[in-house]
Amino acid sequence: MSANYVATTNACKMCTPMGASLAFLGIEGGVPYHHGSQGCSTYMRRYIISHYREPVDIASSSLGEKHAVYGGGPNFKKGLLNVMRKYEPKVIGIASTCLTETIGDDLHMLTAEFKEEFGDLDLPELVYVSTPSYAGSHMEGFHGAVRAVCGQIASDDGPHGGVNLLGGFVSCEDIRWYNRILADFGIKGVVLPDYSMTLDGPSLTDYQRIPVGGTPLAGIKSMGNAAVTIELGRAIPEKLSGALALQDRFDVPAVRLGLPIGLRETDRFIEELERVSGREAPDHERDARGRLVDAYVDGHKYLYGKRAVVYGEEDLVIGVCAFLAEIGVQPVLAASGQSTGKLEAAIREVTDGLVREDVQTASNVDFYEIAELAESLKPDLLVGHSKGYRYAKEWDVPLIRVGFPIHDRFGGQRINHVGYHGAQALFDRIVNAVIEYKQSHNSVGYGYI
Amino acid sequence: MSIEAGVVLEERRDQVHRVGEGDFELACNRASLAGAVSQRACVFCGSRVVLYPVADALHLVHGPIGCAVYTWDIRGSLSSGPELHRNSFSTDLREKDVIFGGETKLADALDELIERHKPKAAFVYSTCIVGIIGDDMEAVCRKAEERHGIPVIPVMSEGFKGSKREGYLAACKALSRLVGTGDTSDISPVSINILGDFNLAGEIWILRKYYERMGVQVVANVTGDGRVADLRRAHGAALNVVQCSGATLALANMMQKEYGVPFVRASYVGIEDMAEALYVVAEHFKDKDPGIVERTSAVVRDELEAIMPELARLRKDLEGKSAAIYVGGAFKAFSLIKAFRHLGMKVSVVGSQTGTSEDYKELARVTDPGTIIVDDATPLELAAFVKEKNVDVFVGGIKERPIAYKLGVGFCDHNHERKLALEGFVGMLNFAREIHSSAMSPVWRFTPRRAEQRS
Repeated sequence: MSANYVATTNACKMCTPMGASLAFLGIEGGVPYHHGSQGCSTYMRRYIISHYREPVDIASSSLGEKHAVYGGGPNFKKGLLNVMRKYEPKVIGIASTCLTETIGDDLHMLTAEFKEEFGDLDLPELVYVSTPSYAGSHMEGFHGAVRAVCGQIASDDGPHGGVNLLGGFVSCEDIRWYNRILADFGIKGVVLPDYSMTLDGPSLTDYQRIPVGGTPLAGIKSMGNAAVTIELGRAIPEKLSGALALQDRFDVPAVRLGLPIGLRETDRFIEELERVSGREAPDHERDARGRLVDAYVDGHKYLYGKRAVVYGEEDLVIGVCAFLAEIGVQPVLAASGQSTGKLEAAIREVTDGLVREDVQTASNVDFYEIAELAESLKPDLLVGHSKGYRYAKEWDVPLIRVGFPIHDRFGGQRINHVGYHGAQALFDRIVNAVIEYKQSHNSVGYGYI
Repeated sequence: MSIEAGVVLEERRDQVHRVGEGDFELACNRASLAGAVSQRACVFCGSRVVLYPVADALHLVHGPIGCAVYTWDIRGSLSSGPELHRNSFSTDLREKDVIFGGETKLADALDELIERHKPKAAFVYSTCIVGIIGDDMEAVCRKAEERHGIPVIPVMSEGFKGSKREGYLAACKALSRLVGTGDTSDISPVSINILGDFNLAGEIWILRKYYERMGVQVVANVTGDGRVADLRRAHGAALNVVQCSGATLALANMMQKEYGVPFVRASYVGIEDMAEALYVVAEHFKDKDPGIVERTSAVVRDELEAIMPELARLRKDLEGKSAAIYVGGAFKAFSLIKAFRHLGMKVSVVGSQTGTSEDYKELARVTDPGTIIVDDATPLELAAFVKEKNVDVFVGGIKERPIAYKLGVGFCDHNHERKLALEGFVGMLNFAREIHSSAMSPVWRFTPRRAEQRS
């Protein structure tokens, strides 16, 4: 279904340049750069900082009134030079905004002009993506930026032979697991983007202009020589697929799977790694899988038949529904502000044979519509980011916080969603939320549950 | 290489000054430099800051989704009644609206939302592209006003048309369309409007109680815990008390010109400034109400007695420590410097996003030699200054917090998102506790930079 209302109330999505900025923050030596008004970058920085609690510098061409009239080109170039002077970046990730798209500034042309004009300088890699806020959501921005990296600066320089892992918009903790599991399999991996350090870094003796970490530029340069690209996300539109861009440009085969959330989606990912590496999964992962199934059994009676409303990015929603279906929780509504057209079929596929009723899906919706739908569905749980809190409070049901943003709890960057460990952590939190609800709504005060 | 040469871009050198080094001159009121990473936002932000707390109005953002999303319930502006302001309404313009114009969608969205929520007024904020695609907001709003019989007010806040200051002005213009349209017959001759306070963490309730104890009627809160009906009759108040960096100063000027309402300026941060804010009002009304000065003294005395013992205890731990301040408007910085003196602390870095040259001159006058004063600072500059001055605490907003924390420096959020009342006498005590709980935490000794200093 799609939106029934004209106005959007409490949107369940963010704007396109936000996603592009997050992706660019995960590149080694990378500085995101908005071509637009100063406010966009400041608002987004604040939003990102409130979740990750890390310094987040996003530069802007800071257009004023006269630039909007005469074109933003001069400020665009001046801003790039200033970023180069003060940040000495290896990569500048350029994202347009609604203002610059509407006045007709062409990033492709402006970037080419800049390279031509300042070709004598030691220029960083410049990668650009068109991200007007009026087209798509932050996820289109995120994937657009990943695809731009694959399409513009990836090459076939340097040895690779392993896996390009385009891991989707997941947490820092999730990305750390991606890196670990590839290492465990002995696979050389290029994980793009990788903000596991840049957005969750250690305390330091000095302030870093650009935080250490990120997908190494040398790795990006070698992506064309990989054995395979694994792209995680069932709702990534083909035209925004970085894996398909690499396949087209360098004949690197693209394997497109879902986010590895829950047992079966993780199995599919692990099987692919087994196939690529020719090795079996390491013992500790098999043990983790075993413990997860054991926990599913131990906890199943607390959960069976519980009804959950899941909202957020389509890919996260699909992954969470795949997982909930496994543990006997019925997703009654799978909702997203995104609208790729892929949600309904993907949800059907990942919940097939496990749910007793079809999962109602809703794309292109805001929280007003989600709430309207959810009220008659009488959910026992909400699963999503922190912007659903007010509804959880109003309905007195637990909110299991996943994804981005998490502005009302600590440690959102360290929530583990993916892999067997991620499913285990989610499972424990959901069971405990149900138990806690029972405990706090019961006068006996059971000490053993 | 000096710190300035290392982190301050050439074009920004004259926006940084060290007190006592040469004649004081600080460039300010400039557009942010491209590529510099300013901490400033935009015109829209300024308008949103001022109008947001009007709790029974509809706030509709006309534009693509981002501007509405990032301002959804982000501020701690509390309401004692309706909470319509805590929602985020947007026309969520899409590609086809940008091509064919967004006027129809805006009109339909207004109809839908006004029908649904029955607000007392509607503010419609324009965003960057609205000016570019040429939507006639004024006409759409006028027609909606005729259809629905409530004020529907366009706020001309296209983001790129300046900085926050222009946004304040656009908001004041919007407010001025409400003022003067309500009944003022029952307003006391000893009455004020509180301008420039946004009821963060319930602060305006604290202030109102002080004024009420003095015998002063508060007509309209502009705009913390604000109501449309109060704003409409605000011109009936005898005096405007204006706080802050000019967010609502333009409205005070308009009201003086149009309705002859005089205004005084005030700050509610810190002990002296808080007391002064009450005394200046008492002074204004003492002819009409001879007992007011005494009642005011009693309020101040009672409040001080309540906080002084604990303040003195906290001061013992904080004596000799130093602080950095980076705020939106410079006005707050004056009060904070004084507040820190009460805690025995010295301010060695101070800056603002939108200070004026008078503000900065005054800052240079009240700070010690060597203090760094900076206009429209960047994260790299702030980090370098904080490190050089080796401060113990940083007072700023959420965007400055990670700069402080990465360097092992304590932090106090003094921005619009705060959840703790920092105004009023009790606010001074809260502030002291905040500073104390950050500066005295044992965690700093484990941070590498501080550990290095200890060894």
